Amino acid sequence: MPVVSFFLIISATLFCIGLMATLTRRHAIFILIGIELMLAAANLNFIVFWRYDSQPHDHPAGILITLFAIAIAAAETAVGLALVIAVYRHYRTTQVNSLDQLKG
Amino acid sequence: MTLLVIIAIVTLASALAAATLGNLMHAALNLVLSFLGVAAFYFFLDAEFVGLVQVLIYVGAVAVLIVFTILLTRRDEEKKNGLPWGGVLVAFVVFGGLIWAIVKTPINSIPTPHLATLPVHRIGQILMTDYVWPLQAVGVLLTAALVGALILVMEEKP
Repeated sequence: MPVVSFFLIISATLFCIGLMATLTRRHAIFILIGIELMLAAANLNFIVFWRYDSQPHDHPAGILITLFAIAIAAAETAVGLALVIAVYRHYRTTQVNSLDQLKG
Repeated sequence: MTLLVIIAIVTLASALAAATLGNLMHAALNLVLSFLGVAAFYFFLDAEFVGLVQVLIYVGAVAVLIVFTILLTRRDEEKKNGLPWGGVLVAFVVFGGLIWAIVKTPINSIPTPHLATLPVHRIGQILMTDYVWPLQAVGVLLTAALVGALILVMEEKP
């Protein structure tokens, strides 16, 4: 098994790739993809710290919180993509920077 | 170890492709590959059940949802109007900060505990005893989210 830092650096890189996608893309689906990548990085961190705990089996909180996070991420994706479809139906666009009706 | 490095490279490269490719469908398929890589990491870290859940939910359900949404909104491709360098800069600053924190923290002396596989029935027992209220809350949340998603995409009466 490699050291803890190996996994932590991978998960940090994954998080920053997701952050970059969320901040730089204009298409709503790309922003959702970025959010998914960030959530996957956070889940990977939970599992890594659970695995390197001295007594991982006594109370596998890392496993359980990852399962809950995956369920919540799935709900978030479903609502997000439904929003994308609803917005597309109204405005015929999925570019988030052209949704500026509320701008003063 | 070599295998882990290969999986890491595949995961990060496909994540980068998903974040930067212009074609939405290619980006979605790269995202699936990236999720598979993360699931492989779960298997390596002895969290087999979470790895399987990851494959089922992300590679199965979420990928299908994203692909269907892409197909339903197809005609609207992203306009190229220059890379917003502010976002890239923020991502790199956060990356630098995280790497600095990881390298500076003395955690590598932690030994890897020897681990027998965590049986799935143990996870089920814990979910049904200590974590029963969070489990119920997630159930309510999923129901509410799915009903909400259905209401959002429902055809409006003219």
